Amino acid sequence: MASSARIGIGSPLSRVDGIAKVTGAAKYAAEHRPAGMLYGFAVSSGIAKGRITAIDDRAARAVPGVVEIVTHENRPRTAWLDRSHHDQVGPPGSPLRPFYDDKVMFSGQPVALVLAETFEAARHAAALVEISYEAEAHNTDFDKALAEKFLPAKKRNTFHPPKNRGDAEKAFAAAPLKVDAEYRLATEHHNPMEMHASTVEWHGDGSITVHDKTQGPQNVQAYLSSVFGISAKKIRVLNPYVGGGFGSGLRPQYHVYLTVLAATMLERSVRVVLTRQQMFTHVHRPEAVQTVRLGAEMDGRLTAILNSATTSTSRYENHMEDVVIWGMMNYACPNASGDYTIAPMDTSTSGDMRAPGAATGMALFEIAIDEMAEQAKLDPLAFRLLNYSEEDAMNGTPFTSKALREAFAEGAAAFGWDRRKAGPRTMRDGHELVGWGLATGMWDAMFSKTSASAKLSANGDLEVASALSDIGTGTYTVMTQVAADTLGLPPERITARLGDSDLPAAPVEGGSWGAASVGAAVQVACRAIGEKLLKAASSIEGKPLGSAGIDDVTFDGGRIVLKSDPAIAVEFTEAMRAADLQTIEVEETASAGISGMVSQIRKSRNTHCATFAEVKVDEELGVVRVTRIVCAVAAGRIINPKTARSQILGGVVMGIGMALHEETMMDTKLGRFMNHSLAEYHVPANADIDSIEVIFVDEPDPEVTPLGVKGVGEIGIVGTAAAVANAIYHATGKRVRSLPITIDKLQD
Amino acid sequence: MATATLDTPTESRSITISLTINGQLRRLPVEPWTTLLDLLREQEGLTGTKKGCDHGQCGACTVLIDGKRINSCLSLAVSRDGAEIVTVEGLADADKLHPLQQAFIDHDAFQCGYCTPGQLCSAAGLLAEGRATSRDDVREMMSGNICRCGAYTNITDAVLEVLEKETAK
Repeated sequence: MASSARIGIGSPLSRVDGIAKVTGAAKYAAEHRPAGMLYGFAVSSGIAKGRITAIDDRAARAVPGVVEIVTHENRPRTAWLDRSHHDQVGPPGSPLRPFYDDKVMFSGQPVALVLAETFEAARHAAALVEISYEAEAHNTDFDKALAEKFLPAKKRNTFHPPKNRGDAEKAFAAAPLKVDAEYRLATEHHNPMEMHASTVEWHGDGSITVHDKTQGPQNVQAYLSSVFGISAKKIRVLNPYVGGGFGSGLRPQYHVYLTVLAATMLERSVRVVLTRQQMFTHVHRPEAVQTVRLGAEMDGRLTAILNSATTSTSRYENHMEDVVIWGMMNYACPNASGDYTIAPMDTSTSGDMRAPGAATGMALFEIAIDEMAEQAKLDPLAFRLLNYSEEDAMNGTPFTSKALREAFAEGAAAFGWDRRKAGPRTMRDGHELVGWGLATGMWDAMFSKTSASAKLSANGDLEVASALSDIGTGTYTVMTQVAADTLGLPPERITARLGDSDLPAAPVEGGSWGAASVGAAVQVACRAIGEKLLKAASSIEGKPLGSAGIDDVTFDGGRIVLKSDPAIAVEFTEAMRAADLQTIEVEETASAGISGMVSQIRKSRNTHCATFAEVKVDEELGVVRVTRIVCAVAAGRIINPKTARSQILGGVVMGIGMALHEETMMDTKLGRFMNHSLAEYHVPANADIDSIEVIFVDEPDPEVTPLGVKGVGEIGIVGTAAAVANAIYHATGKRVRSLPITIDKLQD
Repeated sequence: MATATLDTPTESRSITISLTINGQLRRLPVEPWTTLLDLLREQEGLTGTKKGCDHGQCGACTVLIDGKRINSCLSLAVSRDGAEIVTVEGLADADKLHPLQQAFIDHDAFQCGYCTPGQLCSAAGLLAEGRATSRDDVREMMSGNICRCGAYTNITDAVLEVLEKETAK
């Protein structure tokens, strides 16, 4: 194998799971059918708050094929302590325990589970379960909930409180230029295409296999073990294919609880699939209100940032996000302060959705920045460059790298930003007003301790494995590429395994840390294989590699090659034969280490992007089309430019949804989300999406993570909604401060 | 107390129908309330066809019925007696991928893969319709298939590539 054909880090390798996905061979959670399996169908609460007073399940039980109906009245025992119901990533509070007692905490809460021999019988019987309630007064109106907003004493462990600097109030009062406005984001639902589902295989020996839609099989395994008192060794959770997550599968959701509850009660295999309507009953991006006050000198230099936000949560858990810190970190400004609270409502607990906190807080802040640029009579790009901060302005720490300036330059060039006409309503294309807008995006570049195994077989095939998940992010492909890169093997000889709680320890797939973390783990595992191969090679008669150490050789085409004389090489298979090895197997862990932890304190690690948007707005109808997006991303080293680009495309598309379409509306009387379907909750369709150009700017960063990778799963969404909102203002002269910008808001 | 009504499946009322599924003639007993989607997934084990909403709103369940793209979740199986069904499992010619399948891989036209079978069947139906001639046509006529991962631009590129090759023939 010539090294010119070598596939490694940086190659645009097509997804290695592609064939399974285009042929229908990839099996998702609800696509396993163990013998004797029962179908479970959940009954959702019809009230938002109160008690269940009676359950009449006689008609439901009369439906042929119905085997059991589980409610709080007949459920088996589960863990009593609150802490037994906590999972790795959930917020502080008392997690939902379905069927624990007669209490109803939100509309749509599961209150019964029908189990039947067929799906149709279960669904029909579920409609016949009569539940009587004693309703209590509820509140699902965010504006009313704001009266109860608070900052919990016990913070979520991922929460970063804003660090204030200078005297922002005083500077704001003295500033000649001011922006003072309130910005809003509607509730959004993740709506992955695959509905949450679990199939539990009951093996009869006390062990279960759980095919679950989750972003963290080991998180689900630990949770189930804790809740149901089953040894973790007897629970295997599998999720080799996950039909989208976007954060909805970070925590174990109630579908898996219901499925395991029923399986243990009936000692049978069970499958529960939520309906699309029920996909609106477990987790959502919180509703948000953010007040931004900015002060600036006449020349546009920022002198004050006052950023105050509240997001919604439930009454039983305190979900918190980093909403107000982004603008404080990103802009050079001597005086800045932030304030963040949460407001409890009688809904299910809000949760992380793609770039939680930043997609909300940075987007809303970037609309305010656009307003200040206009006041200062500066081009939005010039304004951002004037107030550019080389260091993390909130924490006073340098970044491991920040190529946002380059992202602005390359994005602007690709977009043709210099042809933008200043001022609103200055550009037109026939009957449509044209607007060009810009926004900055920012997200964390995180690394999470991850283990991986590697196994080299005598025939030269390599398997690498880790309990991470691939939720469409390309994790299989990234693992394959890092292994190919490290051991110089062609991808066809490599199998990547993931999505199995039995595999080496890995975190949930989220936060954009997957590629950096598992990439590092696979690399150390493959390096360990390389060292063992080299040792094995010393058993070859005549020792062709002499006393060469690991730094004296390279691995290429299934051979160990001497650097000083590439003509001298031994095949992996030859080395293994000589040492009488059938396989070489290792497990290694990549962690930040002491130097990494010190660096994490001393330096900030973030991805950045510059997003440019063009919109065309029908002047009479108010119809908005996003005709062009250029998203220039600074995210360190890119392992696979093809799949990384797709991650950005996906973030941009969801950002367009956030800007124009996505909004879950609350009926505050019923206390229920009204538009709980894909017909009434519009996610962008193909016709909504036009040209999107993705640019990865060069940003070498050996310090941020072991591979220099920052992650790209979330950064794409962060700037998009604000860029579109700012473009709409440029087109129409109408400043809409609440997302999504629907036609009614433009026609006011 | 509710009593059994006409819409209550009190007993099996299965009706035997004939379907040609991916080239194989099958005689299948089906309950009158079973959708074609559930028949394919639960009875026939053809789980390549996906359920994304069960309400005809997302397109994940798209299959070809007598060559036309149809949401199989909105079609009762009994109403399709005698029909020829092609699912994603039947697109490839033995081991040779359908040009659309290959184009989807080449253009990275999917991420999680869950909407992909529906996108592929829909695109195959679109090609057969012969109506799409431009990029905007493809965007519009593929809009019945939602992709939450946001692979639309790549899906459009993939479909256009195959469309252009077919047109050139």
